[in-house]
Amino acid sequence: MIKNFKPALSAVALSLAVLSQGAVAAEEQFFPIPGYRVGPYGANGQAFYGGFIDYLNYVNLKEKGVNGVTLTYEECETEYNNAKGVECYERMKSKAAKSSGPIHTMSTGISYALIDKSAQDKLPLAMMGYGRTDAVDGSVFPYAFPLVTTYQMQASAIVKFLKDKAAGDLKGKKIVYLYHDSAYGKEAIIALEAESRLNKFDLVQIPVAHPGNEQGAQWLKIRQEKPDYVIFWGWGVMNQTALKAAQKVGFPRDKMIGSWWTGSEEDVVPAGDAAKGYMAATWNVAGKTVPVIADIEKTVYGAGKGNLQDTSKLGTILYNRGVSAAVLSVEAIRKAQEKYGKGKAMSGEQVRWALENLNINDARLKALGATDLLPEIKTSCDNHEGSGKVKIQQWDGAKWVPVSSWIEGNKALIHPLFQASAKQYAKEKGITPRDCSKEK
Amino acid sequence: MLYREAGQFKTTYAADQQLFPIRQDRIGVLVLLAVAFFGVPLLASEYWFSAILIPFLIFALAALGLNILTGYAGQLSLGSAAFMAVGAYAAYNFQLRIEGMPILLSFICGGLTAAGVGILFGLPSLRIKGFYLAVATLAAQFFIVWCLTKFPWLSNNSSSGVISTQQLIILGYELKTPVEKYLLVLSIVVVLALAAKNLVRSSTGRAWMAVRDMDVAASVIGIKLMPTKLLAFAISSFYCGVAGALYAFCYLGSVEPDGFSLEMSFKILFMIIIGGVGSIMGSFMGAAFILLLPIFLDVALPFLAGIFGLPFSSATVSHIQILVFGALIMFFLIVEPHGLARLWQIAKEKLRLWPFPH
Repeated sequence: MIKNFKPALSAVALSLAVLSQGAVAAEEQFFPIPGYRVGPYGANGQAFYGGFIDYLNYVNLKEKGVNGVTLTYEECETEYNNAKGVECYERMKSKAAKSSGPIHTMSTGISYALIDKSAQDKLPLAMMGYGRTDAVDGSVFPYAFPLVTTYQMQASAIVKFLKDKAAGDLKGKKIVYLYHDSAYGKEAIIALEAESRLNKFDLVQIPVAHPGNEQGAQWLKIRQEKPDYVIFWGWGVMNQTALKAAQKVGFPRDKMIGSWWTGSEEDVVPAGDAAKGYMAATWNVAGKTVPVIADIEKTVYGAGKGNLQDTSKLGTILYNRGVSAAVLSVEAIRKAQEKYGKGKAMSGEQVRWALENLNINDARLKALGATDLLPEIKTSCDNHEGSGKVKIQQWDGAKWVPVSSWIEGNKALIHPLFQASAKQYAKEKGITPRDCSKEK
Repeated sequence: MLYREAGQFKTTYAADQQLFPIRQDRIGVLVLLAVAFFGVPLLASEYWFSAILIPFLIFALAALGLNILTGYAGQLSLGSAAFMAVGAYAAYNFQLRIEGMPILLSFICGGLTAAGVGILFGLPSLRIKGFYLAVATLAAQFFIVWCLTKFPWLSNNSSSGVISTQQLIILGYELKTPVEKYLLVLSIVVVLALAAKNLVRSSTGRAWMAVRDMDVAASVIGIKLMPTKLLAFAISSFYCGVAGALYAFCYLGSVEPDGFSLEMSFKILFMIIIGGVGSIMGSFMGAAFILLLPIFLDVALPFLAGIFGLPFSSATVSHIQILVFGALIMFFLIVEPHGLARLWQIAKEKLRLWPFPH
């Protein structure tokens, strides 16, 4: 009996050996993706991570990976739940030890929970437009990157936009800040308070409790206050409710301006007519007119390798945002390979260096076909944000139309707030900040 | 044959009153503790510590807390997560505001603060019972989360309301690795679990059970309802509070009020329902079932799909996982409504007769 088994066993062993050799021969760059496609925010995750994965496949199909290194990924479902996010991260960590792209969780809570862990494990944590915003100060947070822009810079940019609209003077105007009463909604307050002191406008803060599907009292208050503008920081179901409530009390929608998590198709379409004229900030435009999005549809979906089951999400704000996140991540891999060896898989530590030394100008964005998908980005040790610019877009009833060019927040006002907060964090955690002037 | 108490004579009161009267149980518990303290740290990987064992122990402790209140004293509560939040935020604040505060003392103070809040929200239990009380404790759930969001002082004026916990330093030694954190959590959980085991067979525990079974009868035989019920609330909240502090300090490292949601309270309630209402052991079994099964399915399903060549995306896996999980809960509730602990008890009884059942 045993004798008969032996040849079979050795055949299996041989074929296994051959298989594993084949895997070693081609370099692979691994992307751990703790994402979400089910749960309360599943719809948002489907579009974002669909875009992210489509771009990775696009690079694989179009140029055979980054300098010949194939991009691979593994998804783990977090359901936007902090504990599950940590579990996912721990599960994928060992696989990411050899090579790891930036980790995008698209959840402030999860990224908060991972900030210390990722620094310990030397894995780069990207938080594009969410997360711990004082990680802009890279001297305290070497492995965390709130790339492109932060809530505070966004709030400041929105104020700047309103100021330009009001002929450069906001003095004596009244602005209501209507926000989701959570970590997400409260992040921007500190920036708006600073702006209101600087520009001498009245700031009225009105919180909305989670989930925000009942806002009668808040809008009654807004009607009494008669503000010139409402800056709006909603999330999920709260967004459409606010738009409908605004219509009910007769507050003009074109005086309402939202954050980038309130400005996707998912937010305005359910509000129907009530959303027309409403404005929101964004760092990426919607639509398939962006060359790279059109090319993804042709190349990836043409080859039947598209990640989206519902292809109507192609070209939506969040899909394009997922692509923009992937563009940045892949550019970071490219940058790392320039320094540490082309055609090799990059470790988390090497990718971290690249994320800190990104320099993507308009010419490069154009070459990637990603014009308007991202502003120009130049990061450094003391600026992990790299841009701080947003565009304002307006919903015309059928699609989002950009109504401004790139607007940069008031960096001189906002960045010192980050540094102060990062300093406090370093003190609490016993971290000695790096000396950024010595970083290369 | 192996599990039989025949021949074990108790010759002293101490021997008769000990925590585990059967010798095999004592040996079993000792072996279990030895494995948990020495075997596991040698064998388990970092993933096991930080993603499975630590949360398992912490939720087992919270479930134990709820079990004291619901299982032993019969007061239904939906506020466990809120009491955990109180424990977490209180421990954080004690650590932050009192210079040189030992971390273990902070945990205890966190637990005591939660106990105080628990007594406050336990007051309605003197007048209302059953499902109506559950609704009253629901108020605790919403009020506490609101309160932690509303007053920035509680989160040290953090702009987002999220707190990042301080370092874990015990007698000058900093606990950093998952193994060290695991051992700390394990020690605390073992001490508290043994204390609970002792407590429920004391006069206090018997008073609780009398109140649970029929409060009018209990008061007739001389049990004062008010102190008994409030004590149950206090001790239960203390356990939840310590679990919350461990959740913040040893597991996630940073927490926000919204993390302690009603969903988490339900999860803890399901743990004791599945594990066994009114059983210390059941708290652990329930926590293991509720926490580990989804992870197991999460890992096993893609593997099975790979074998059969099914095209499963991670979203499909998630959906199937929820389905299977729900089905299993229903299965267990139908087959064994008294929980996993009851299954364990039946197994023990069968073992006593084995191999000659009459």
